[in-house]
Amino acid sequence: MNLNRRSLLMLSAATVAAGSFGLPSFAQAIDELVIAYNVNLPSWDPTVGPSAVNPTIQGIYQSVFDQYILQQPDLSPAPGLLTEWGWSDDKKQVWMTVREGVTWHDGSPFTAEDVAWSLARVAKPETGSPIQFVWGTLANHRVEGNKVIADVAQFDPTIFKWMYFLTGYVLPKAYYEKVGAEGFEAAPIGTGPYMVEKFERNAFVRLKANANYWGGKPDFDTVTIKFVPDSAARVAEVESGNSHVTLEMPYEEYDRLKGGPLAGIATPISDIGMIFLNDIDVMLDPNVRKAAAHAIDKQAIIDRLLSGYGVKIDTLQTPEYEAYDPSITVPYDEAKAVELLAASGFSADNPVKFKIQTTKGFKPKDYEMVQAIVGLWRKVGIEAEIEVYEIAKHYELRAADQLAPAAFYNWGNSVGDPTTSTGFAMFGPSPHSVWDGQDLIDMIGPLWGEADEAKRIAGWKAVDKYIADNALVIPLLQYVQPILHAPGVVVTPHASGALLPHLMKRA
Amino acid sequence: MPFLRILVLRLLTTGITLAGVAVIVFFVIRVVPGNPIAMMLPPGATEADIARLSALYGLDKPLVAQFGIWVAGVVQGDFGTSITTRQPVLALVLGRLPATLELSIMALVIACLLGGAAALTGTRFRGGRTEGAIDVANGMALSVPDFLWGLILILLFGVLVPIFHISGRVTPSLDLPFTTSFYLFESLIRLRFDLWADIVAHMFMPALALAIPLAAITGQLLKQSLKETMNLDYVTLARTKGYGESRVILREALRNAALPTLTLVGVQFTFLIGGTVIIERLFSYEGLGNMAIDAVINRDLPLIQGIVLLFAVIFTAVNLIVDLLYTVLNPRLRHG
Repeated sequence: MNLNRRSLLMLSAATVAAGSFGLPSFAQAIDELVIAYNVNLPSWDPTVGPSAVNPTIQGIYQSVFDQYILQQPDLSPAPGLLTEWGWSDDKKQVWMTVREGVTWHDGSPFTAEDVAWSLARVAKPETGSPIQFVWGTLANHRVEGNKVIADVAQFDPTIFKWMYFLTGYVLPKAYYEKVGAEGFEAAPIGTGPYMVEKFERNAFVRLKANANYWGGKPDFDTVTIKFVPDSAARVAEVESGNSHVTLEMPYEEYDRLKGGPLAGIATPISDIGMIFLNDIDVMLDPNVRKAAAHAIDKQAIIDRLLSGYGVKIDTLQTPEYEAYDPSITVPYDEAKAVELLAASGFSADNPVKFKIQTTKGFKPKDYEMVQAIVGLWRKVGIEAEIEVYEIAKHYELRAADQLAPAAFYNWGNSVGDPTTSTGFAMFGPSPHSVWDGQDLIDMIGPLWGEADEAKRIAGWKAVDKYIADNALVIPLLQYVQPILHAPGVVVTPHASGALLPHLMKRA
Repeated sequence: MPFLRILVLRLLTTGITLAGVAVIVFFVIRVVPGNPIAMMLPPGATEADIARLSALYGLDKPLVAQFGIWVAGVVQGDFGTSITTRQPVLALVLGRLPATLELSIMALVIACLLGGAAALTGTRFRGGRTEGAIDVANGMALSVPDFLWGLILILLFGVLVPIFHISGRVTPSLDLPFTTSFYLFESLIRLRFDLWADIVAHMFMPALALAIPLAAITGQLLKQSLKETMNLDYVTLARTKGYGESRVILREALRNAALPTLTLVGVQFTFLIGGTVIIERLFSYEGLGNMAIDAVINRDLPLIQGIVLLFAVIFTAVNLIVDLLYTVLNPRLRHG
């Protein structure tokens, strides 16, 4: 071939065009499902390191690995790799029955040994599980037939809930021991609905359906999850037809696109927005705290800033949680807020002053919500100065109990248990709590080990009532997760916020 | 000054610069609020859990001791292990470097082509409407930041006329026979034009977004330089010989006028590599910049250190090359 400059240019243009026009479109039938995901996947081990406790990654982990217990889209538990579980009558042991006939992605059989090994591994401090303090409450794991038995070193009523929460995944004992941690990162296998075919860090993961999945073969044979952290790029991905499904975009964009060429679904998830109150300075005055709580018109904020996508809450429980009590309310009452502040000598002319910290862009409209709240507070006699910080700084300040008097945050609790919402957020000795009042510590303390479930839930409801009555924290709203998708795919949302490909079907 | 002496002197200063960068990055990222242990604390963690995890990642030792351990490792080629990915830092950053280099080089080529074309056209039609239009376009290109160009390009060529890919570096379904991470170059060498086209279709928009501001700067400088050169005696002599205006610009003026632009392009190239951080994120391009943002968000201290140090090596290397190239091309400098 005689290749001159002109022909080279023409060849280049033609090949680029060929590469470009291979883009998918809405009109085509979906052979390979493409999802534009909002976060990167740093590591394939779902039990150790920071990724293991990152709620946004759990959807990818759950596509490849199974948890001990299955969590259904409404957050309720169901038989998974464990078909039955429970405590002995004296609560000194736990027992778990392991599902039979399950295979790992490499074809080897899944056994009770895998469950016992997985539990024992994360219970060891040297493994580096961030949740070791939970798994360490079980000891002496042993296998009896298709049952796993473990001794209870310290009674934790939520231990089985952790089996469908962060780090609650079963890994393959024989394979892991054979390939080691590095080999597992390079070629992870699980028992989940999808198998890892190709993984490019910071780019994509390509999954193949597990034909032998115990829960039935997924509808889509191939799923590509692209990591697209920028929300504008994610919207462009689905708008252009490059991807079929995406999540977490501005609500205005969701509203713009859902009625057009794309379909949309927006349901409440287990993340909430709240304002931590630290028991320092003016927050030691109950009138100031209560006034701050009553002065916030949560519904107006949801309607005007979040386009109506949010559920107003007055405790740290959402309606899906076990300890949710609709009778506990903290109504918007401007006059009452003025009255409470007046009782402490404050007014619009002589406002009480404090700082409120917030992230900007970490959650939808977080900064704007705090701006609106500060505006509402100003009307009743509260002058709050806004400090913007990164989420990493929030974690550090909270762990050191050095948050400002008020600090906006979002809290996730995908198992819906009160210990993982009110418990850890409000129990003084917890590094997650900044409220250290002894009265609350005394109320919460006995609930950690309460074996009577009804009594335990009732106890947490009483704690929530006490917190609401005394305005020890300001719960704001339950977030709604927007998902946009091509008309050719049906998406089943999960209340945990995990976007799960195996719950997606062809329309 | 002899060339070899210049080289040795520059290598020495480069070494000192890199050592300074290493010290600054190590201590600064530990002083700013936010540490990786706080980032991975789950609900219910106790003080003992914090201490256990701190010890596990070696963050319980005094800062100076941590620095000593890190430097000792770096000297032996061990940059530590990433906290989030649990992979060796050196392998991670070297694995991503080719993607960023290819993107930067493509952006540089586009910038030189666009800027050069604008400068030559502006000089050829100087004083007229064409030059005015080019100046206006240059001003617009400079006043809009690269990430905004990225968003505009996504809207234009990703959504409205979807001819380029919006995210990634290559289509996931393609099988890549590559042995290196230089996908663009290797696809050409292997004559796999199908893969090359796919890679270009992914890289073009981020590269163009990076290139537009640089094209404006180089175009402006080159045009100014060309216009000055066009008034020199030897150019006038060429005109009197009957050469056409285009030939005078291309054959006579361009070579001399290009020298200052070359220096600027070298300096700007380092800024361009810095710009990849935002652009790679926007286009979900799997380069160092994208990885850097994740590392910062997760406070992955060893990975941040590795990436910053590598960026510093690239910056100093590019500056060194430009300086040496300038010395070679400019006899006055070469001969002292």
